[in-house]
Parts: sequence; structure tokens; C-alpha cells
Amino acid sequence: MTDETDGDAETDGGVRAYTVRLELVDEPGELLRALRPIADNGGNLLSIHHQRGNITPRGHIPVEVDLECPPDRFDGIVDALRDAGVNVIQAGEERYGEEVNVVLVGRLVETDLSGTLEAIEADAEAAVVDLSLAAPDGIDETSSARVRLAVDSGRIDEAFSAVRSVADERDLSVVEPLPGGDA
Amino acid sequence: MRLAILGAGAVGRSVAELAGEYGHEVVAIADSSTATVDEVGIDVSSVLASKDAGEGVGSGDPEAVFDSDYDVLIEATPTTLGDAEPGFSHVVRALEDDRHVVLANKGPVAERYEELRDLEAASAGSIRFEATVGGAIPVLSTIEDCTPESVTAVRGVLNGTANFILTRMAAEGLGYEHVLGEAQDLGVAEADPTFDVDGTDAALKFVILANVLSDGGFSLEDAEVDGIQNVPGSALELAAEDGRTIRLIGEATREGVRVGPRLVPENGALAVTGTRNIVQIETRNAGSLHNSGRGAGGPETATAVLSDVGRLPEL
Repeated sequence: MTDETDGDAETDGGVRAYTVRLELVDEPGELLRALRPIADNGGNLLSIHHQRGNITPRGHIPVEVDLECPPDRFDGIVDALRDAGVNVIQAGEERYGEEVNVVLVGRLVETDLSGTLEAIEADAEAAVVDLSLAAPDGIDETSSARVRLAVDSGRIDEAFSAVRSVADERDLSVVEPLPGGDA
Repeated sequence: MRLAILGAGAVGRSVAELAGEYGHEVVAIADSSTATVDEVGIDVSSVLASKDAGEGVGSGDPEAVFDSDYDVLIEATPTTLGDAEPGFSHVVRALEDDRHVVLANKGPVAERYEELRDLEAASAGSIRFEATVGGAIPVLSTIEDCTPESVTAVRGVLNGTANFILTRMAAEGLGYEHVLGEAQDLGVAEADPTFDVDGTDAALKFVILANVLSDGGFSLEDAEVDGIQNVPGSALELAAEDGRTIRLIGEATREGVRVGPRLVPENGALAVTGTRNIVQIETRNAGSLHNSGRGAGGPETATAVLSDVGRLPEL
């Protein structure tokens, strides 16, 4: 391997594919404005799906951008997009990614559900892509949440173990999927 | 084969009742305080009638069983944890006398597997324990046929009570306590359902499976065990939104044993309903095999015991 003395993170083999979902305002020049921060921050554009006919309820146009970049540059790209006022709906590794569901059970609201989800995203290196909450006895009682996580396929076991420890700290229980159980 | 049966609960009695049908003869039977020994074969129906009348299984001392002329000791006393006594000592005595042992009692094979295998190596007799895992379902013999070395994992549902409760909760939208009460009324759950709902019973079975895969090394304290007591109906509803359901699933590999509520596809093989059990045997060269059926019950478990007896060599 080469010495990484030049401080350039863009080394051979260190590039991964990511998908970013954006919502753009329907105005001329918006797409170009949204793509510039990606290129300016070391991202290489692979493809752009610009669905003009598919307008969101808020009147925006959803755009899906596939790009590749070194993993340590990706957060910078997303931050730059947000700084430029671009509405980032979802940002995550997708080409190598897998989506899994877990169910959390406990006093979810009392134990700060959004804090729990943030801790899961940080510790499990996962993106929460969907959330469904059921609190039939009210938010002060035991409730359940189904959380769909986008996780790197190679890191699923580590991600689950991180989810377990986040849940343990908050006295929540986790119902995990059973890998291999579908066979 | 001449059978000596220890334990006159649901399994011990069914073994006694069915032994003749399988070509075997019962020469001794004992419960915790009484026994009958008869070298020419005991009269099973009169012994069981005496047990039903609350008079034990005879007038003999249970100790007399070990002095009788038997080929196979059937260990069907209640499962105990930790030192697995008195079941463990029963097995030791039979092996030291160069007799075979067939266990329905999970304790000795879950908690003291290596000791049993060492004793077996020094004995002319051998031990078998198909009935300890999954009642009537041929689990251990399937693994034996695949050769344990080529089995990479065993997963599944091995507690009918917990499975019944989760199935009812999902189907009727009822709460845990409500369904548990209903299961007790139906006789599906015992008055003290602790070991069924806290995962201990399933864990013992998966510990036995891990011992078979690794030739020992595991006991209950090595297992990571979670029960279903904290699974609310709302969790089952959320799982269903995504085509999943929740089952108390055990997993045994060479790395360890884990039992807990897990998300499984609602229409997948492992999502059996009611008290039914299933195991998925994952093999290196042949994909996954699924064996499903009744995982408990007197006659069901007795068939596993008697199949084991049939697999034993003549002494």
C-alpha cells in the first residue's frame, strides 16, 4: 500500500457509491445549483434521475442522484448541499446498502424517541429511512416503534449490536429480524 | 429391548403404554417415591391405574429399578437446571452398569454434556436424547444423518406455549396477559408458565443443539435469553405492517446460543402458528431443511424416546 502522506483521502479503492434524494423547487437553474456542491466537494456524479412529472405534495420535484466518493467525504457533500439551501430528503450509501426493520418496545416517548433514533444513526452507522409508532395506551405507557434502517450490508451484525446497546441504555427492548431465517 | 422407566409423568406413562407397540418390554417403572419391577414385564395398565388412583406406581422402592435386568434406562423425570440432579446421577448409574440411556429430561444434556459423553466413552452403553429437542419432531436424528459437521446452524421455534401466545396476540389483537390467561384455561400454558415465556425452555433445547454441533462446550448460562413477556400487541401490529410477525426464535451455532423474540416473514416457514414447533437446519452442502410438528405432549415425546430405543445397538 502507498503512504497517505499527501493528505488526500481520495485513494484508490476507497471510493463508494451513494444515493442522495433531493427535492428541488421547480425553477430554472435549480438542478445545476444542487449538483455543484457535490462536484466541488470531491463527489463524482454517476447518474441523475430527474422526475419532472412526479411532483411532491409540497410542489417540489424529487431528484435522485447517484454519486461516488471516498466515505470520509460523503458527510461533507451532504453538509455542503444543505448549506447551499438544497432540500436533502435522504442521504446514504445505497448501492452497498440493505434495509432492515427493527421493532423497539418500551417507554419510547418518555425516553426521548428522537434522541434514541439519533443515537442509533450515529452508533450503528445507519440511516433511519422510515418510522412507524404505535402507542395504543397513550404516549406515557409502553409503546412500540418500527424503525427501518438503511445499513451497509457488510456491517449488519455490528449495526444490530449498536442498536441493542442504545436500547439497553434506555431500558428499551429490541425485536430484531432473523438473518438467514427467510431461507 | 427391556426398558426401565424413571418418571411417571405424561412422557414416562406414554412410553410405558406404547412400548409394546414398538416391540419393547417394560421391566421396571418408578416415580419419585414408588416402583414396580418385574423381569417378565410389568402390567402397564394396572400400574398406571394405581398411579391414577394416587397410589403411586407400585409398592417397590425406586432404587430397585437400577437392580433390575434392563437394557435401556428411560430418564423421563422432570428437567432440573444447574447440576441437573437427580437425572444426572440416574444416567451415571446406568452407564456405569454398562446399560443404555434414553433421555427425555433436558437437564443433563443441556447442563453437563461433556461429563455425560466422557461417562459414555467409558461404558458399553450409549446415550440418546431425541426427545429432549422438539418432542415428536426428528431434529437430532436429522442432524446425525446430515453429520453434525456439515450443519452450520439450527434455528426455529421450540416452545409451543410461547408460539401459541404470540400467534393469538397477532391474530386477535389481544394483550399478553389476556392471551396467557386463555392459554392457561386451555391447558396450553402451565399454572407457572415462567420457563415457557421467559425463553428458558427453548434455550435448553438450543443449548443441547449447540452441544451436538460442537460436541459439547455449552450450558444454559452460555445462552443469551430473552422472553416474550415484554412484547406488546402494538409490536406485533407494527411487524404486520411490513409483512412480518414476531416469534420466539432460538438459534444454535458453534459460536453460541441465542433465544429471543425476532421478526420473521409472516408467511415464512418459521412463522408456524399455535403450539406447532419448527426447526430450520442450515447445512453447508444441502441448503436449509425444515422439520415441523408437535413439539410436546406425552405420546408425541414418547415416540421420540421409542425411536431412540430402536436406534440402539444390542448390548
